[in-house]
Amino acid sequence: MNELGFVAILVGIAHSALRLATPYLYAAIGETFGQRSGVLNLGVEGMMLMGAFSGFYAVFVTGNPWLGLLVAALVGALMGLAMAFVSVTLQAEQGISGIGFFMFGLGASSLLFKTTIGSVEGVEGFAELHFCLPGGFCLSDIPVLGEIFLGHSLLVYGAYLMVPVAWYVLNRTTWGLNIRAVGQNPQAADTLGVSVARVRYLTVTFGGLMAGIAGASLSISLLNIFQEGMTNGIGFIAVALVYFGSWTPVGVLLGALLFSAVNALQLWVQVLGLNIPSDVAVMLPYLLTILALAFPFKRALQPAALTKPFERGEN
Amino acid sequence: MGVSTANHPAPRAKRASQRIQLDRLIDLLLPLIAVLGALVIGAFILLLLDVNPFEAYRAMFWGAFANKNGLADTLVKATPLMLVGLGIVIAFRANVINIGAEGQLIVGALLATFLGLQFGGSLPGWVVIVLAVLGGIFMGGIWGAIPGYLKARLGVNEILSTIMMNQIAIQVGYYLLRGPMIDPAELEAGTNIPHSARLERVVDLPRFTDIAKSLGFTGTAKNLGLDGIQAEIYGLLAEPTRLHTGLIFAIIMAVLVYIFLWRTTIGYRIRAVGLNPHASRYAGISVKSYVVLSMALSGAFAGLAGAIEIVGLHHRMFEPTAVSAGYGFSGIVAALFGKLHPLGLIPSSILFGGLLVGGDKMQRAVQVPQVFVTMLLGLVVIFVVSSEIWSRRRANRRVSVDTDEEAGE
Repeated sequence: MNELGFVAILVGIAHSALRLATPYLYAAIGETFGQRSGVLNLGVEGMMLMGAFSGFYAVFVTGNPWLGLLVAALVGALMGLAMAFVSVTLQAEQGISGIGFFMFGLGASSLLFKTTIGSVEGVEGFAELHFCLPGGFCLSDIPVLGEIFLGHSLLVYGAYLMVPVAWYVLNRTTWGLNIRAVGQNPQAADTLGVSVARVRYLTVTFGGLMAGIAGASLSISLLNIFQEGMTNGIGFIAVALVYFGSWTPVGVLLGALLFSAVNALQLWVQVLGLNIPSDVAVMLPYLLTILALAFPFKRALQPAALTKPFERGEN
Repeated sequence: MGVSTANHPAPRAKRASQRIQLDRLIDLLLPLIAVLGALVIGAFILLLLDVNPFEAYRAMFWGAFANKNGLADTLVKATPLMLVGLGIVIAFRANVINIGAEGQLIVGALLATFLGLQFGGSLPGWVVIVLAVLGGIFMGGIWGAIPGYLKARLGVNEILSTIMMNQIAIQVGYYLLRGPMIDPAELEAGTNIPHSARLERVVDLPRFTDIAKSLGFTGTAKNLGLDGIQAEIYGLLAEPTRLHTGLIFAIIMAVLVYIFLWRTTIGYRIRAVGLNPHASRYAGISVKSYVVLSMALSGAFAGLAGAIEIVGLHHRMFEPTAVSAGYGFSGIVAALFGKLHPLGLIPSSILFGGLLVGGDKMQRAVQVPQVFVTMLLGLVVIFVVSSEIWSRRRANRRVSVDTDEEAGE
């Protein structure tokens, strides 16, 4: 293999990695807010599937990707709201109710897909932006940099934009302070007049909204199709990424890039026909997740009240 | 407060015990109410799909319970549900959440198939069955012990690690079934469908009909002149259906797990660790070891379910997700519905086995896709865990009433 080919492959991997990080980023940034306020939402996978279907369906019917995005966000937020009601008001065990939402989302999205569309169809989702000049030259053709960073759809860039926004909200606004306080010490936050329930309702609903967008990023931007169970574990990995990124948006970004790089590498291993069984390559991200979760120095950063329901008057 | 209770102790105690009994009754009914709630929401969704919900549910329950073939399929599905559910009960009782039964079942089924293929021709059938079952238990136990160890030693969230272990198990399965374990006939035909060869017939777990035949019940219900319920029951037990003796095995296991959890020291400690790890540590129990142990046992039961599916039903290994068939998740539903009690799992597995079978019948009768049942199961989980707040609230009230009384005396 000559040097030029090698560079081209690296560029290809980097381009795919940037693209593939999109659903992880949306879902994990949304989940960061929920976990920072003390709620572990394990239903992300189900919410992503519902978002992926509803967004796809809206585009399939109207042809308008923006409407699809809106519908996906709304459906995701609605499921997030339901999760908030179950975990905050009814104080249900978060791990298990999240699995309930996953099963509901998996079943409901497949049911709706089978009864409305039924077969694998393509849609025209968000277009890839090549930034073409009048002369016919496209900026995405610029060697290496242009090839890697341009030529993605708006939803891909939106995902990266969420990182500084989330960082700013969490660390530089009163809202962020309240969220962190509620996750760290809900009793103290309550004493200071912060409504624990209201903050958690907002963060979990927002997490659902982001999960809906994450699903839509697959079905109306990256792949432009819907298939039953198409998220294939991304939602669960996104939850793990929040642990991996020690509950910070920047950490989540690094984790998402690492994961999508491994994913991209795995796709290219198959393209290049390297002598690694594809099943073993597909396994890599999951193995990596377990290894990442085992980093011993992360646990100290976990929000103290994570998964613990709050009730006034408890010591 | 104290004065008035001291004057009338008897009626107050009676009222309290009546209330406790009523509370117990409501606690037992809550899961049923949760299922009804899920069915009601399901009915609305059916209406949206322009399907008559009564007709759909009727097709579901009739198809699953009212004839010998439906009932046989229901019991066939109840078997892995019960075994997986027993593992879930053990883990949840230790306050460890095992979402990894899918993967544990798959690796159990893989090793069971491997052993069955390896020794099927050379050793007596029953020896191979025992070997395969032990292999399933062993492999599932390992697959469960890994996340247990990671949790105990490194504080790794077991929910996430078990979910990842599921995906790894699926890929291991595909790798083995496309490579070393593939059916030689597939290689010859060049179709390369990922499944193993069929196990020797001596490795088949006896079916109910085999046993009935060996006892002399060779006739069919029709030529014995039976009809109605009698005919269906006779048909279920003696006529050729897929119903195999794994069911009996699973029921025995449920009783054994009950004895284990409530009548042995180790079982007591597992529950103690789940109820209050801090107090358990004070009492000298090694909490970490019991976390690993409960996960290993939990995985062992899922692996056992996998092995039983192979020797009792499938007789070969094929696509991993088709063998696990979501039992890792529906087993959680069954365990929750059975109030995390091993004996409660027996009726609850049969109910949810029926729901899984009924979904198929409903699809045929009113063309509602079977995934409707997955959605329904999700709703049941959400409703059951949400409804626990009422039991908890009453329990808290009871404690506060008790302490008031003590303070009064």
